[in-house]
Amino acid sequence: MHTVPIQPVFESWRDRARELLASGVPPEEVLWSDEPQAPGLFATLEEVAPRGAVPKVSPVFLDLARSVAAHRDGRRWSVLYRVLWRLTRGGERHLLAVATDGDVRQLQQWAKAVGRDIHKMHAFVRFRLVAQDEATGREQFVAWFEPEHRIVLLAAGFFERRFAGMDWSILTPDDCAHWDGVTLHFTPGVPRRAAPDEDALDDLWRTYYRSIFNPARLKVSAMQSEMPKKYWKNLPEAPLIADLIAGSGGRVEKMLRTEASAPRPAPKNRYLDSLRDRTAS
Amino acid sequence: MRITVAPDMELQQKLEILADAAKYDASCASSGAARKDSRGGKGVGSTGGAGICHSYAPDGRCISLLKVLLTNACLYDCHYCINRRSSNVQRARFTPDELVRLTLDFYKRNFIEGLFLSSGIIQSADYTMELVIEVARKLREDHHFRGYIHLKMIPEASPALIEKAGRYADRVSINIELPTQQGLSKLAPEKNLARTQEAMGHLRERIDERFADQRRPGALKPPPFATGQSTQMLVGADDSTDAVILRRADVLYGDYRLRRVYYSGFSPIPQPSSLLPLRPPPLVREHRLYQADWLLRFYGFKVEEIASDAAPNLDLQLDPKLVWALRNRACFPADVNRASREILLRVPGLGVRNVDRILSARRFTRLRLADLVRLRVPMKKVLPFLITADHTPTRFGLDDDALRARFLPPPRQAELDFHSPPAATVGDLVSVRSGEL
Ligand code: SF4
Repeated sequence: MHTVPIQPVFESWRDRARELLASGVPPEEVLWSDEPQAPGLFATLEEVAPRGAVPKVSPVFLDLARSVAAHRDGRRWSVLYRVLWRLTRGGERHLLAVATDGDVRQLQQWAKAVGRDIHKMHAFVRFRLVAQDEATGREQFVAWFEPEHRIVLLAAGFFERRFAGMDWSILTPDDCAHWDGVTLHFTPGVPRRAAPDEDALDDLWRTYYRSIFNPARLKVSAMQSEMPKKYWKNLPEAPLIADLIAGSGGRVEKMLRTEASAPRPAPKNRYLDSLRDRTAS
Repeated sequence: MRITVAPDMELQQKLEILADAAKYDASCASSGAARKDSRGGKGVGSTGGAGICHSYAPDGRCISLLKVLLTNACLYDCHYCINRRSSNVQRARFTPDELVRLTLDFYKRNFIEGLFLSSGIIQSADYTMELVIEVARKLREDHHFRGYIHLKMIPEASPALIEKAGRYADRVSINIELPTQQGLSKLAPEKNLARTQEAMGHLRERIDERFADQRRPGALKPPPFATGQSTQMLVGADDSTDAVILRRADVLYGDYRLRRVYYSGFSPIPQPSSLLPLRPPPLVREHRLYQADWLLRFYGFKVEEIASDAAPNLDLQLDPKLVWALRNRACFPADVNRASREILLRVPGLGVRNVDRILSARRFTRLRLADLVRLRVPMKKVLPFLITADHTPTRFGLDDDALRARFLPPPRQAELDFHSPPAATVGDLVSVRSGEL
């Protein structure tokens, strides 16, 4: 049995996996460990120094692995290696096409959870204006976010493409991403208090949120399945939700009780006259 | 006209009135735009790929765009609409600059994907259209905004203005409102079905042009234009049956190549009109129409198979695919290891994605029940209709008259009461969005 210490990132797993594969070490003999550890505690890989060529693997698998690596489930490294083994040494070249296979299904579900987390980060990050650079005039924004998985590196490119014209930082407990108009770079995670709590625009946003809600169509569970409560604490609009729900019944009843108004005759207006002519002809 | 708009109203109050006025438009999609972003430019914004919902209101609707009216003053008298001239609602009007600021400020905070701008009609269609275009022009040209812009078109506006609006927008739409001219004549006397469809036809030509010949070497770059158009149909404001509604939708998809038809169950408004039904339709009706719409677009169904003159309205208790399967039991059971894609798509409980997974997996393995469980197929629903390597439903099961009863929701839920709509379990709602039936 080999205990293989790695950093909890894709590249680290990939490098070790490549060596193990080249040396023909089967998945049952590998114990992956991404816990921070004291050096020298484990047998290192020297004993399995690569002895053969590394088999080729499809880019589809590498993409999948990159996503799965961002998941927090401790079993991911070993399932990834098992699937890699089956694809190459195991003679199951088409394995990824078999979505009903237990291992493949598991990887896809992890990748899907990671994809969803990235999507929710793109959706629920809220930038706060903190300053304006006097020299360049560029506005500077900071956001705080708590992703479920380690997705900051995977999710950051989107913000670069979208917000190229402003400076921004996204702070999270794991990693932080920063854009200054030229480069995107990453720093280690920070605590919550490093980010501002409020923005002058929050009130206008809450006004919008309140006004766009239709009390006659209350569907709370639909809202929550798309915007789970775990995200609420960083959304400026979330504190309104309880009151909007509580008040909706009364608002609808009032609508239903309001006396209906009769049609009002058309005002004198050249345009309306022209419409009537067009319809008649 | 007696409508007056206070000139010095606070921005916050305007936003309140003009967002409230816009909320009855169901569409908030921000998908399907051409890929563009702000790198190397002076502003912010990106589009392309699936849209993003930046929040959800307690009505379960996605909040993706800043959806507002430029003004809610209106010459028209559409009776389902809170902004009609005979409503006593308070009126407001944004200046183009206010809207531009608001859009950019919201966008930079990542509240929204962009702007969805519509307007009540003031003075004339052209006058209104020009105001709307001016907002989009400023965003694009003065502020280099590359986010999503959806503009509502007025079918009576001149073709030149519609063309201009389409050049700034990612998505354009004209609401059909009701599926028949009789319905419009009664409830929206200024609107006209033929004119609306004619304008949709023009939009279609522009959109087609945009996509034509792009890949031919040396071809001229197509004129910039929105990548698609959509529309909204009201449900339950007139007495149109589901068959009438779906036939109209089918025409719109087929002849005008609409990206989406939104169905909006008429919902009570604070300023009701005497011409409207007292009670709104159950929310579940709208939900069933969306399911039927998916069947038409992605599952190879024809309108007549879902709603016909003989049975013009969708079953509120069961989804339309299941209803079809129960009526056509001779087509089942289908063999998961052998049946064609077309047949598998007709199995209740199998969605497009799972059908494709099945087709791919069965090239290498014979599928058993456990495989379907792993795909999270709703087993109770599919079992009577499917054969797997280790399961064959009894003929008796399919012929059983009680089969329908097995799928009915428990009685308490079946009550069609407005305050506790039977709608839509969360699973149902998710299925509407993902298209998994
Ligand atoms: S045209 Fe009709 S639907 Fe549009 S704002 Fe005016 S009254 Fe409402």
